[in-house]
Amino acid sequence: MAQVVAQRFPPPQFTETGHILPVPTESAVHALWLDYLDATVLIAALVLVSWLVLRRRSRSGVVAVGIFSVLYFGFWRKGCICSIGSIQNLSQALFDSSFGVPLTVLAFGLVPLLFALFFGRTFCAAVCPHGALQDLMLLKPVKVPIWLDHSLRMLAWIYLGLAVVFAATGGGYIICQYDPFVPIFRLSGSLTMVLFGVSLLAVGIFVGRPYCRFLCPYGVLLGLAASASKWRVRITPDTCTQCRLCEESCAFGAINKSAVDAPARPRVADKRRLILFLVLLPVLIAGGIGLGGLAGGALAGKHRIVNLAERIQLEESGVVQDTTDALAAFRANNNSSETLYAEARALQKHYTVAARWCGAWIGLVIGLKLLSLAIVRRRTDYEADQAHCLSCARCYRSCPQELQRLGLPVPETPTPANG
Amino acid sequence: MNRRNFLSGSLRGSLMLALGGVLGAITGRAKARNTVWQIDPLQCTQCGRCATECVLELSAVKCVHSFDMCGYCQLCTGYFEPDPNKLNTAAENQLCPTGALVRSFIEDPYYEYTINEPLCVGCAKCVKGCTMFGNGSLHLQIRHDRCVNCNECSIARACPADAIHRVPAEHPYQFKSRERKT
Repeated sequence: MAQVVAQRFPPPQFTETGHILPVPTESAVHALWLDYLDATVLIAALVLVSWLVLRRRSRSGVVAVGIFSVLYFGFWRKGCICSIGSIQNLSQALFDSSFGVPLTVLAFGLVPLLFALFFGRTFCAAVCPHGALQDLMLLKPVKVPIWLDHSLRMLAWIYLGLAVVFAATGGGYIICQYDPFVPIFRLSGSLTMVLFGVSLLAVGIFVGRPYCRFLCPYGVLLGLAASASKWRVRITPDTCTQCRLCEESCAFGAINKSAVDAPARPRVADKRRLILFLVLLPVLIAGGIGLGGLAGGALAGKHRIVNLAERIQLEESGVVQDTTDALAAFRANNNSSETLYAEARALQKHYTVAARWCGAWIGLVIGLKLLSLAIVRRRTDYEADQAHCLSCARCYRSCPQELQRLGLPVPETPTPANG
Repeated sequence: MNRRNFLSGSLRGSLMLALGGVLGAITGRAKARNTVWQIDPLQCTQCGRCATECVLELSAVKCVHSFDMCGYCQLCTGYFEPDPNKLNTAAENQLCPTGALVRSFIEDPYYEYTINEPLCVGCAKCVKGCTMFGNGSLHLQIRHDRCVNCNECSIARACPADAIHRVPAEHPYQFKSRERKT
């Protein structure tokens, strides 16, 4: 090894003073019990929020836990033990058998999903510091047009696919790299990321939780789990009277309207559309696989080994003359370019395969989305969309039945639905 | 509602199986302790990015000194600018931009060099001087009382030598030493 061979100067002989050599000090590592404390707080907060949302039906309780989460997981733990990021550790561990995952990361990745399977997205409601921070910022909610809402939500699915590709191939953790709120929790970070975070929060004053709805890759998994949840947010504690008062109460576009008053739709056109989208689904998947194969090379270029190999190749073929720090380091550590090329080739193959899977995933997601839009369900109640409902408990108090239950004054209903 | 409950129940069941599968595949390798980030001083090329790429305003990377490797030189190439006016502690002679490297006389002709850590920014200027012309006893390490242990270390991402890796928290430091030089 280059650096240490040269022990140029002999060790001193302290004949006069008998000076004793000091040793370098080891400053303490974040203690293990603090890791376990994080996991305990996570589980306790999940239990508490699930109880507050589903049994107590208390919005103020959810807000209180949200403030606690922003302070604890956000400003105290600096946003870095985080369920959103943990999916990358889990994917890397699934594809790289030498990569171990600490128990706390395992807990942060899987426990909220398990809770979502039973209680819906109570993690999003107030346990996730990212969600809680945006929830507290939401002051003047405006409705996002439904077509825009549905299209933007697709971004999160694509983001999830790309994050898994990069984590599984060892190409880095893009969710952490482009996390908008961690720089805010840390009160430091690169200018672009701080600006991104601040502008998302500013948008979040009007548009409910833009990160959670349109970008969060963990939210995709939670939504999937929540769509099969055993218990769910029920807007009314009793039977729905179609009073439509809850319609405007959801800031996240997660209330499915009752179709009792909707005019009957022409069935033939619906059926034709359904068949068209059924045919389109395999086409989209095949297209995704094709495009993924093309994009694989570009994605691989982001990996430092592939990047370095390409650079060395350019230099060896005489295209570029100057050197980079990475190249200098590579030379200084006496590595051979042959092994590097072999590694880079293997990585490029991995990336092509991973990008094909990712393309198939994106095609599948878009195809299923179109299908789900084409299927008409005739709901008889106003109810929360299980996958999209963030369990924030805002809608409860809009229901006159709930107000009655709590013994609060019920406002006059202006236009009864069947009136 | 019955059909819907059945569908939701079977979806829930299969998702639980999937979660169990992930758990089963990974738990075998799960460790109680978290990992921490550390610099391998033998791979470090003193590029200076540790001072600028850390998410903290003042980097968590600091210079440390393995005294058992040090020659206690009077003309320390980690301490002095090339061609110093005089071998004294005047600021214009020092390589360290913040005066974090402290020179103290022990006995003729030996001087000891210690690091005033709160001043050190992890720029590796002294490390470069010591490694190129001296014994290489000065080197960089991530200080865990400062490091926030990001899931992806942003210095590791920028490191041109790929010298920063996750290490087990039981052995959080990789100090250079006389024994390690072989």
